[in-house]
Amino acid sequence: MSAMPFGRAEAPALFRYVLRLGDLSLVLGQRLGEWVGHAPALEEDLALANIALDLVGQARLLLTYAGDVEGLGRDEDDIAFLREHGQYLNPVLAEQPNGDFGQTIVRQVLIDAFQLELYERMTASTDESLAAIAAKAVKEVRYHLRFSRNWLVRLGDGTPESHARVQSALDALWPYTVELFAEDELDRTMADAGVAPRLPDVHAAWARRIDEMLAEATLVRPKDRAHSWHGKRGQHSEHLGYILAEMQHLQRTYPEARW
Amino acid sequence: MNLARDDRRPAVDLRLSLAWTALASVEDPEIPAVSIVDLGLIRCVDLRPDGTLEVGLSPTYVGCPATDVIRDSVAEALRDVGVGQFVVTTVLSPPWSSDWITAEGRRKLKIYGIVPPEQSAPSMREVLRNLKPVACPRCHSTETECVSEFGSTPCKALHRCRACLEPFEYFKCI
Repeated sequence: MSAMPFGRAEAPALFRYVLRLGDLSLVLGQRLGEWVGHAPALEEDLALANIALDLVGQARLLLTYAGDVEGLGRDEDDIAFLREHGQYLNPVLAEQPNGDFGQTIVRQVLIDAFQLELYERMTASTDESLAAIAAKAVKEVRYHLRFSRNWLVRLGDGTPESHARVQSALDALWPYTVELFAEDELDRTMADAGVAPRLPDVHAAWARRIDEMLAEATLVRPKDRAHSWHGKRGQHSEHLGYILAEMQHLQRTYPEARW
Repeated sequence: MNLARDDRRPAVDLRLSLAWTALASVEDPEIPAVSIVDLGLIRCVDLRPDGTLEVGLSPTYVGCPATDVIRDSVAEALRDVGVGQFVVTTVLSPPWSSDWITAEGRRKLKIYGIVPPEQSAPSMREVLRNLKPVACPRCHSTETECVSEFGSTPCKALHRCRACLEPFEYFKCI
C-alpha cells in the first residue's frame, strides 16, 4: 500500500475524488462499447473498441484504488456494478449519447484532451498510486486524442454535411464541458494537498489545445454558458440510468457472478 | 532488476535462476513469437525476507485482456519448475515502455511479421509527429500506409505495404 497524504479521517474525500476519475473512464468506456459492430468502418470499430478497453482498464485501476482508500473491503466489481445512480460521480458529459459518429468524435476529443492535460500533471501527484495510474494512462490517452483529433479535423474540414454535423454536435455538447472545470471544495482540497492539479490550470491548457484543433477543423467554438450540471456530485442526466441498467444487469441478476 | 548474487546461499541463486528460466518460457498469448521476458514485462525477481519469491509483472496496456492470462501462465510456469513459495505482483510505476522490448524481442517480432517500435513517444507532440511511414517487414519498402491506428490488440496498429500489397502490424511506441 502506497503512502497517502491524508489521515484516515479524510480518506472519504480522496475516495470521492478517485471515483470522479474512475467513473468518467468507466461510463465513457461503456458508451464507446455500444459502437462495437456498428461503427462506419471496421477500422473505426476497432479503434473505438480499443479506446473503450483502455478506458475500462483505467477504471479498473482507479476503482480498485478507491476501494483500498475506502477500506471497507469493496473491490473494483463491487464499486462498478453495485452502486446506485446517485453514487456515480462522473461529469455528465461522459454519459451523453453516442449520436452519430461525428458526435461520438466530438465527445471523445473534449474528454481525451481533458484526460491528457489532467493526467500529465497528475504524474507529479503527492499520492503515489494516483501518480502511477496517471503516468500509465497518459501514454494511452495520447493515442486516443490522436485518433479523435484526426477525425475531428477530417469531418470538420470535410464536406458541408460532415462539417454541419460536427458543428452541431459541438454546439450540443459544449455546455457540458463547463462542469469538467467547475472547481468545487473537493477539487480544491485535492489540489491543496498536491494530490490533483489545479483545475484552472488544466482548463487553460485544455482550452488552448481545443482552440488549435477547432481552428484546424474549421469549427467555431461555442460560447460558455452558466454551469448547470452536477454529475461530479451525483446528479446526473437521464442517460446514466439506461447505461447502468445495461451495465449492471448481470451483476444484479446473478449477484457475485464471476467469469 | 535485482539479481543480487549471494555466494553463501547457493539455494537462493538456484531459485532465482530457475524462476528466470521459467519466465523466459512464457509466451505472450497474443504474440507467441516472443516471451514476456523479451517484451520487458518482468520488472523484478526478488526474494523477500520470509523466503517468498516475488515476481513483479507490468501490463503493457491497462485494459489488455492478455494481462490476466500472462499472470496465470507465470504462476503455472513457476509452479512447474518448483521455485517454492512465490507471489506475482503488478508493477505500475514506472509505466511499461515499448523501449523495454529487448534486442532479441525486436528481432523475433520482425521475423514474425510485426514491425518493432522505433522509440518511445514521451509527449503528445511526438505522438502526433509519429505518423511517418514504417518500412514493410517483408519487402522493406517504405511505400506503406497506416490502415488503422488501432489493430487486433491494444499494442499494435495495422499498416499496408503499397509495394508488395501485404498488410502488416506495427508495434506502437508507448
